Amino acid sequence: MELTINGTKHQVDIEPETPLLWVLRDELGMTGTRYGCGLAQCGACTVIVDGQATRSCVTPVESVAGSEIMTIEAITEDSVGQKVVEAWVSNQVPQCGYCQSGQVMAATALLKQSPQPTDEDIAAAMVNLCRCGTYNAIAAAVRQAAQA
Amino acid sequence: MNDMTPIASEIMTSENGKPFKLSRRGFLGASLGALVLGVTLPTGRARAQAAASVTPGTRVAAFLEIRPDSTVLFRSAFIEGGQGIFTAMAQIVGEELDVDPANFVVEGAPPGPDYLLTGGGRFTGGSMSVRMSYDAMRKLGASARHMLLRAAAARLSVPVAELSTEPGRVVHSASGRAIPYGEIADAAAGLPLPTEVVLRDRADFRWIGKPVKRLDVRDKSTGKAQYTIDLKVDGMLFAAVQHSPLLGGEPGVLQNEAEVRGMPGVHSIHRLPGAVAAVANSWWRARMAVEALQVTWTEAAGTAHAMPADFSTEAHMAKLKATTGDGLAFETEGDAQSALASAARVVEATYDAPYLAHGQLEPPSALARWNDDGSLELWIPNQAPEMFQAEAAKLAGIAPGKVIIHSPMLGGFFGRHFLYQTANPFPQAIQLAKAVDRPVKLIWSREEEFLRDTLRPMAAVRFRAGLDASGMPVALSAVAVGEGPTGRWFGRQPDKVDGSAVEGIAGKVYAIPNRRIGQIHVDDPAIIGFWRSVGHSMNDFFYETFFDEMADAGQQDPYELRHRLLADSPRHRTLLETVAELSGGWRRGPFTAEDGTRRARGVAMASPFGSEVATIAEVSLQQGEIIVHDVWVAIDPGSIVNPAIIDAQVNSAVALGLSSALLEEVVYVDGVPQARNFDGYSILTPDRMPRVHVRIVESGAPMGGIGEPGLPGVPPAIANAVSVLAGKRVRSLPLSKLDLKGVDG
Repeated sequence: MELTINGTKHQVDIEPETPLLWVLRDELGMTGTRYGCGLAQCGACTVIVDGQATRSCVTPVESVAGSEIMTIEAITEDSVGQKVVEAWVSNQVPQCGYCQSGQVMAATALLKQSPQPTDEDIAAAMVNLCRCGTYNAIAAAVRQAAQA
Repeated sequence: MNDMTPIASEIMTSENGKPFKLSRRGFLGASLGALVLGVTLPTGRARAQAAASVTPGTRVAAFLEIRPDSTVLFRSAFIEGGQGIFTAMAQIVGEELDVDPANFVVEGAPPGPDYLLTGGGRFTGGSMSVRMSYDAMRKLGASARHMLLRAAAARLSVPVAELSTEPGRVVHSASGRAIPYGEIADAAAGLPLPTEVVLRDRADFRWIGKPVKRLDVRDKSTGKAQYTIDLKVDGMLFAAVQHSPLLGGEPGVLQNEAEVRGMPGVHSIHRLPGAVAAVANSWWRARMAVEALQVTWTEAAGTAHAMPADFSTEAHMAKLKATTGDGLAFETEGDAQSALASAARVVEATYDAPYLAHGQLEPPSALARWNDDGSLELWIPNQAPEMFQAEAAKLAGIAPGKVIIHSPMLGGFFGRHFLYQTANPFPQAIQLAKAVDRPVKLIWSREEEFLRDTLRPMAAVRFRAGLDASGMPVALSAVAVGEGPTGRWFGRQPDKVDGSAVEGIAGKVYAIPNRRIGQIHVDDPAIIGFWRSVGHSMNDFFYETFFDEMADAGQQDPYELRHRLLADSPRHRTLLETVAELSGGWRRGPFTAEDGTRRARGVAMASPFGSEVATIAEVSLQQGEIIVHDVWVAIDPGSIVNPAIIDAQVNSAVALGLSSALLEEVVYVDGVPQARNFDGYSILTPDRMPRVHVRIVESGAPMGGIGEPGLPGVPPAIANAVSVLAGKRVRSLPLSKLDLKGVDG
């Protein structure tokens, strides 16, 4: 099956129901996308599929063949992603950092869809879990990225 | 209280204020090593040095490599798990070395005698890292700078006294010449360590005490930071496990083993102590295989802490509450018994708190590789490399020196990464790598993690307070019932109280003249462990909410009563006043906020890990839900290294304290945890996060901890506010158990 990830085509020979997360991590070595729960509960595995924030741990790989998949590895090649990263750095958001790939991807997807999000838009989109509790810094960084 | 620090109790007073004499032996180690070695990990050298007698924290070569481009590779004795310790180390060492912290690359040090900076051992935890190593790391930086100055003096043929430094270079102002550190690092490495060094004056600090940017933030914002779970070595296979539902069970018949062996990508199936494993060419395939295995679990005799098949948290809590007596005394002042007997009024209440899971977002993993030379190489999340090395050596049947430990960044700390035996995946990884003769990366699924995580202990505490005729407390007795994690993991003395069971009930600062804090040990059937702020995580909730109950009984305002009982304790009184001022002035409520909601505030104080903390929370109730709007925290750690990191750590501690107060509870029925993922074990979501306001007070007292102290005051501050709104005391966590319908504001 052919996957388009960060603009590059990859051929993978894998059981079609395999979650996209494990294709990225184990088949393609793209470990910036993280496993947290495997149940779409935490969002650490968030990637962007055809512009939508998507939890890759419950996304069968066959369902995204033919889609445009964007992962954290390409975040600074994307103009919105770059703004988000700079806002993350500026607000010193991460602590342990494990969930932050997913948070950055969720923020990037939000700002691609809603360049000027309201606080309600941010609350509705930024629902990934962070056990370090960086939630206030995340919200501040999203607001800053929207203004950048 | 010294919390979880039996291995570190003496270090704080060892060197403060005394001239720093460095061992001459250190010179040999330094000259054999180098200040410039590129980026090679000196694992072999560190082991070779172990034979010599070493004064930890003194040998420059063990910690620092100055690269040709004058950047610094620094090996930290402490592991980074989000608490910002790598940045703090760069600030402290950089201040004295005269290198901008931004030019540091920091990594976790390998095992070795140089890094035993926590009371003769090595441990990242107990909020100890900076306060235990601050003096030593400053002196280390100053020593390295001194060596660079002498190397420069030789190069320029001028006296050392004519030289000074600017960040990253030595300057000879008389001639206008300057030499970057990178150019003389090699020569400096060949010089002896100085016997005495002069430290920079506090008034001249450029980086210590400043909100220096964290070194790891960009990598963590772009997915480039690597955790153990992300690592890969050549030829590596992936493994997944299925544990016995009851700890102590052993795999018997594997009914469909042949079928599972034939699943895609499966390399092999293995029996392990208490578990079965599948090894495959991807982790997903390994997981699919091991979870397809139909295992008959048999009871094994003699497993330590084997889980009884009829164990339930409900029954265990009932047992704790039904355990009577006064227990062993831990702290006594005056005569609590007599004072209670003669008190005008006695207030009694029993409090309790449940088991908690760590819930760090990186599931546990371990990567093991047996090398051709017989050594065993391990990449493992851990907070005590030497302890893991010794345990791995024992399990592998080789000498500790043959075990190479890598300690990657941790995807969440919270006390999860101690040596917990049945809660650590590395013993399984060692065995699997041996069995398949290939490197193996083992990952526990989130479900296996919830099954084998260590738990914050549950406990019940019985309080009795005696009030005089004016409502002032004259006596307080508390008896904590349960087991502390320090006793479990460091050895409990039957005739002594484990401090981790009572910290936060004992060690309180209020001037109540007659006090007795006792403890009754009851074995906890679960595998208990350290959880951010350890005993304080629940004990300050018990004490500080009972305090309000006591205040109400005596018709005293809880803030004013605290203030009165701190009349002779200016440090604490100042802190209490500071948090009140930060919140715009104390008011308990109920009051109506601008948005029309009915709100109340609660206050609490705590003295955890060498720091002092005062907390106020503002709460409303909406449709039976507790809404926490604002949390104000005044924290006095004595003196500080990075105010921005302190602010972040307090935010984080507020989030975790709030999460535990509102939502978290591990429930066991029939010996197994009922929740196996975050769908059954709720943790704080973004929509519940309050605004957090932090004020740092530097009182100049001995430096205290930062990672944990922000937590203990949060649950009681919230519970005290909820009690005001609900019109009833809150004596049990989590608050989600309360029925608050009909009491909305």
